[in-house]
Amino acid sequence: MAVSELKFVPASEFKQRTGAAVADPHLRRSFRTAMDYLMAKRAAQFPDSAALERQRALAEHIRKYSLSRLPDLLEQLERQLTANGIQVHWAENGEQANAIIVGIAKAHAAKLMVKGKSMVSEETELNAAMEAAGIEALECDMGEYIVQLDGEKPSHIIMPAIHKTKQQIAKLFAEKVPGASYTESVDELIGIGRALLREKFMSAEIGLSGVNFAVAETGTLCLVENEGNGRMCTSVPDVHVAITGIEKVVEKLEHVPPLFGLLTRSATGQAITTYFNMISRRRQPGERDGPKEVHLVLLDNGRTQAYADEQLRTTLQCIRCGACMNHCPVYTRVGGHAYGTTYPGPIGEIFSPHSMGLATTHALPTASTLCGACAEVCPVKIPIPELLIRLRGDATHPASPGHAPLAGQGAAASLLMNVVWGAWATVYSRPALYRAVTWLATRLRALTPPIQSGWTRSRTPLKAARRTLHEELARRRGK
Amino acid sequence: MQRGTPSDQRPTDVYFFATCLVDLFCPEAGMDAIALLEREGVAVHFPQDQTCCGQPAYTSGFADQARSVALKQIQLFPNDWPVIVPSGSCAGMMRNDYPRLFADQPELQAQARALAGRVFELAEFLLNVLQVKWNERVQDRSEPVTVAVHTSCTARREMGTYEHVHALLGQLAGVKVVTQEREAECCGFGGTFSLKLPAISAAISDDKADAIKASGAQSYVSADCGCLLNIRHTLEKRGDALPGKHLATFLRERLSTPDDKS
Ligand code: SF4
Repeated sequence: MAVSELKFVPASEFKQRTGAAVADPHLRRSFRTAMDYLMAKRAAQFPDSAALERQRALAEHIRKYSLSRLPDLLEQLERQLTANGIQVHWAENGEQANAIIVGIAKAHAAKLMVKGKSMVSEETELNAAMEAAGIEALECDMGEYIVQLDGEKPSHIIMPAIHKTKQQIAKLFAEKVPGASYTESVDELIGIGRALLREKFMSAEIGLSGVNFAVAETGTLCLVENEGNGRMCTSVPDVHVAITGIEKVVEKLEHVPPLFGLLTRSATGQAITTYFNMISRRRQPGERDGPKEVHLVLLDNGRTQAYADEQLRTTLQCIRCGACMNHCPVYTRVGGHAYGTTYPGPIGEIFSPHSMGLATTHALPTASTLCGACAEVCPVKIPIPELLIRLRGDATHPASPGHAPLAGQGAAASLLMNVVWGAWATVYSRPALYRAVTWLATRLRALTPPIQSGWTRSRTPLKAARRTLHEELARRRGK
Repeated sequence: MQRGTPSDQRPTDVYFFATCLVDLFCPEAGMDAIALLEREGVAVHFPQDQTCCGQPAYTSGFADQARSVALKQIQLFPNDWPVIVPSGSCAGMMRNDYPRLFADQPELQAQARALAGRVFELAEFLLNVLQVKWNERVQDRSEPVTVAVHTSCTARREMGTYEHVHALLGQLAGVKVVTQEREAECCGFGGTFSLKLPAISAAISDDKADAIKASGAQSYVSADCGCLLNIRHTLEKRGDALPGKHLATFLRERLSTPDDKS
């Protein structure tokens, strides 16, 4: 199977890519329709805004509490999982995580790994690493399967193939799935995928999954899903490997339901998903199914950088529901691929600078009008616009004294911008100068340039008024 | 001199902070806002040394430059009067972001907090503090009109002044507010965003212009000059002659018919 070649887009190409994306009417329409649908579904789940605010406050509190005790909870999780017979591995970055998983697969002479949906494995680009080691990695979530079949990456963290139409999928299946004939019937398409995958579940030596919540106290890995592929991947093959970010830990089981309830409602507008898996052990003596070996890989990949700063730490509250992208006016226009990152949309703009460094991602935090729709719907109340502003500063300035620089800190620093904002501050903090400059602008209004940078691309030029308000009022007082 | 105490007593004096966009591009909106306040019997003071709230630099990540400009504004309002801002976005900056901006300077932060507590967005002030009741004492004798409202994202999400504009318009018998599709969505301006990523900004702005056109409204209003200019110049470029006004101008024009107030 073709391995996705789509690597992260360098920041320098971000602008061009988004330009091409908004110019694609098909892409615009498909995202708009899909996001409208998801927004309506979510809204229907939260008829009582006061109740929603209470739930969000609780969820935020749980996430903040968990993060405040993160080092302790991770140790407790490791102890408890180990006692339960689950092996714990720590990975500083994607490469390490992949090496660990390839190592496990090799130890079992595995030829095939079936995968449940896992964005963290997308983050580490595990599929490419597995195939480089000669092991087939097969996506079993229908959306993931579709993008894998087409050599793409997910364009949405919950609905990976949301950018594709039924017709495109029909064509793709007819071309790439052996024995499949062209059909636009969604049921038949799912039937084709299902038949193929079912066979693979039986022959795979390893199953991989993500984790939505890891409970420290009980050593339980919780997995939220709709299609049942997660259950298959975690119970049929002899070895189950789970991979997740270090931030996903909570202390107690009772912390899970409030987060779970908001996750599904915010993500897909479901009160509950079809499957909720809780994994605490490998197969016990006398049991007839379940994996004989269970591993958990805990990935850092920039999370400790976010963790080290009180403000940036809020990034780690995320439960990956995708609501911020569904409601984002920018994401809705450009789609997920334009970002060139594993996590697109608002959460990607605040997370990718940590996982990838600002050198390649400094343009992402600028891809926002700061409208605040993301923070308004975020179930764990991450102040996304504030973090975007913060990262815009980190991208263009050295770290402030006493603060450790972020990876790629100051990567977008520009002499020109320093001069522009310096001049701006000079004019706007000197009232007499400001009045003189604006007075001049009103007197030169006939010379208004017809092209004003990006503004006039889709708008008529801005023209100063005949007199500023300052002048009007000074005249009025003088009368 | 008696001081305005917004919470319990009707203030007699207010400061007016026009914002840089109103100053240079929509001074008539500033004049109309002042007229609206004066017709309620409030004395309006305009410190001539005001410039800009500092938001453009702040949201671009240039906090030092924003601070130096914000610092000047903080010192402009010595009396304890309310500060009225004809923009949800700039009022939001002064109310919510000024205290954050001076987080490392306790004395200035205290000043910023004190100011933040008396900053009001125009519609919010008219409705909640002055408690205008135009429906009781003014006959809206102008031609009936249908109007679409665009609420700025800051007004909607940070200032919570979404209902205020609607409530004020609801007091005018001849005005019918029509809803547009995806009314809560951003207009695509985003300050420097419109210059940095013009293609995306244009796509969002065009959709907003489409929605307002499709609503069938004869006119549109916004209480924020930034959104207003964005929508106005986008429509103009497309050759759509739909007239748009700042809320202050729209209200002042409707209310300039003889006032029945005793
Ligand atoms: S940032 Fe908030 S809204 Fe976005 S994916 Fe994470 S939890 Fe969901």
